[in-house]
Amino acid sequence: MKKTVLFGALTVAGLVAGAASAATLDDVKARGKLNCGVTTGLAGFAAPDANGVWEGFDVAVCRAVAAAVFGDPTAVEFVPTTGETRFTALASGEIDMLARNTTWTFSRDTDLGFDFVGVNYYDGQGFMVPKSLGVSSAKDLDGATVCIQTGTTTELNLADFFRANNISYQPVPIQTNAEAQQQYLAGACDVYTTDASGLAATRATFEAPGDHVLLPEIISKEPLGPLVRHGDNDWGDIVRWTFNALVTAEELGVTSANVAELAAAPTNNPEVNRLLGTEGELGAMIGLDATWAVAAISASGNYGEIFEKNIGENTPIGLARGLNALWTDGGLIYSPPFR
Amino acid sequence: MSDKNVSFVRTKMLPQSEPPIGQRGVVKWIRENLFSSWLNAILTLVSIWLVWFVVSHLTPWFANSVWAAESLSQCREIRDATIGNGVPSACFAVITDRWQQLLFGFYPNTEYWRPVLALVLFVVGILPALFTAIPRKFLIGTAVTPFVLFWLLWGGSVWTTAAGALGFVIGYYAFKLLTDRAGLIVGVGGAVGISFAYWLFAAGPLGDALHSILPIGIQYVESKNFGGFTLSVVIGVSGIILSLPLGILLALGRKSDMFIVNKLSTGFIEVIRGVPLIVWLFTASLILNYFLPPGTNFDLMLRVIIMVTLFSAAYIAEVVRGGLAALPKGQYEAADSLGLDYWKSMRLIILPQALKISIPGIVNTFIGLFKDTTLVVFIGLFDPIGLTNAIRASTNWNGIYWELYVFIGLMFFVFCYSMGRYSLYLEKKLQREHR
Repeated sequence: MKKTVLFGALTVAGLVAGAASAATLDDVKARGKLNCGVTTGLAGFAAPDANGVWEGFDVAVCRAVAAAVFGDPTAVEFVPTTGETRFTALASGEIDMLARNTTWTFSRDTDLGFDFVGVNYYDGQGFMVPKSLGVSSAKDLDGATVCIQTGTTTELNLADFFRANNISYQPVPIQTNAEAQQQYLAGACDVYTTDASGLAATRATFEAPGDHVLLPEIISKEPLGPLVRHGDNDWGDIVRWTFNALVTAEELGVTSANVAELAAAPTNNPEVNRLLGTEGELGAMIGLDATWAVAAISASGNYGEIFEKNIGENTPIGLARGLNALWTDGGLIYSPPFR
Repeated sequence: MSDKNVSFVRTKMLPQSEPPIGQRGVVKWIRENLFSSWLNAILTLVSIWLVWFVVSHLTPWFANSVWAAESLSQCREIRDATIGNGVPSACFAVITDRWQQLLFGFYPNTEYWRPVLALVLFVVGILPALFTAIPRKFLIGTAVTPFVLFWLLWGGSVWTTAAGALGFVIGYYAFKLLTDRAGLIVGVGGAVGISFAYWLFAAGPLGDALHSILPIGIQYVESKNFGGFTLSVVIGVSGIILSLPLGILLALGRKSDMFIVNKLSTGFIEVIRGVPLIVWLFTASLILNYFLPPGTNFDLMLRVIIMVTLFSAAYIAEVVRGGLAALPKGQYEAADSLGLDYWKSMRLIILPQALKISIPGIVNTFIGLFKDTTLVVFIGLFDPIGLTNAIRASTNWNGIYWELYVFIGLMFFVFCYSMGRYSLYLEKKLQREHR
């Protein structure tokens, strides 16, 4: 009896608290900083440097949102989450948004009760093999031993792919990417499979990257993107359009270098004007300042700049834009218009 | 007679002759210890080969270490330039570059002296409790140490900590007063109630008020900035210190004749001990979030310390219960016949003997607990293992592996070995006193 009362009280407390926190934007503003969930460390996407300052491709999204809300890209509290804790942290309100290379799937969007606000990186599962193996297609991998992270969607994709092609494989279960590198280099497996971005980053750290090749097959769709909780659409809009602002900025040629100059006075391009708040009232429509997008773009640049700085071809990660080029360049990165 | 001088027995001993060459010195030792039979000979050869194999592979790796570089690729360039292409070589430059992070996590650079001073103070503060040769009055210092350590580690206003500490003093006096007037149960309940009421309603304003009169304080450091060995040691040491008294109480509770106390203690111990620590950590980090209203700032590190303490207390309780069970019944009866009440008989007669027996088990649990703190990596805290992941995720050090684990293993060994040696010393000393 007492227990029932206790649980009842807890539930009510939870509901009251849930209702009270419906407006995430107000909570964030009252707190003075954004709680952003990131990974505990993934090369190029999110990692603390020697001084504990977070950097990376996903981190830049958090910083842009913080800049849009507060005008200050450092007003973020980065909450490191693991694969197990990330969804609970978001659902329970410990973090306001999650930017942690999370694949947008049906069940995560619907059953888990989250809203993916966009895709900041189109990834897919690939294969890496030593050149000496003499394999040029994943379909030649019959009977190969494969290093695979357990409990991930990559494991399921792999099984599907081999079954569909009617070939067999021997799985070597591993826990982390670092462990996989060691196993693969030690020859414990012929093939290492994970997201293609991860493979490229891994290969870049090898002593002789040229001795290993990425096979052409990409066997899954892994659209990675930031997400928020269901139920607060206003907050979802802010995160979604902050990200869209970064994409549109690249499309319109607004960079961190020229954004201040372009925002100083209306230009002769009306879309730039609307984006940068020198024309129209877009900021007010989502409850932010007129210069919200200026702040977001100044934080770490437009989408292209963020890409080049963290994971682009001039970094050790060395990823080509590929699918992640703007739609005007043959990629999939596309933002609805600012109007 | 002249033949009297001819002795037919030797008057003088012959000098001992050396044993045959096969029966002395190194040869004998080798024959007896390494090649006493065919089987042993084979085992010896295999062992020698194994040792040679490991050493010959590891030595060049260690000997060719690169200690100064800014990234893994630079490490490789330096190696190629100075030692040779593709030669095995450790890149300990990652330790030179990031050792501060491995030790202190994201603790502010200028405040590194605080965790170090805290560790020194901890060792000094605990001495009176460990060494009976030190005068008993220094135990007051030991009682104050936890609060000083708390203030040093987290910082903030000195008055906030002092106001918090005052709660314990209030609780103590409330306990004394109430126990004298209304008995033990009322005393304990009243003391706990009054202390909590004080902490909830009075401690905060009091600390603020004192701070506004005389502001003394150091930079406040948030829990999320704790990392590396600082995090491990803080969680480990808090867990160790808090779990010992709790564990002893639980053991006494489980041996108690009182029905409710007995069943509650037994239930607690079995439930906590029957579930893996990692599950409790997930409970602390995930499930509690659903019950607490969003925005509640219940520090994750505090939650972890509480869980670790409860977990280790259950183990300590069983170890201590083993010690209690090992005492002959006569000791209990002797204590009773002296007219001592329950607490006095436990404190003066039973526990000193029972704890002495339990020392190896207790220290064993502590060492296990300290190493188990690395499990917090699964809930996203940056303990040394978690930091290896973060360090590898920086583009400079992506691909580095063993060097970090060698360093972390060495650090853990130093801590655990000292604990083990101390326990041996304590055992020897107590055994001598017993004789």
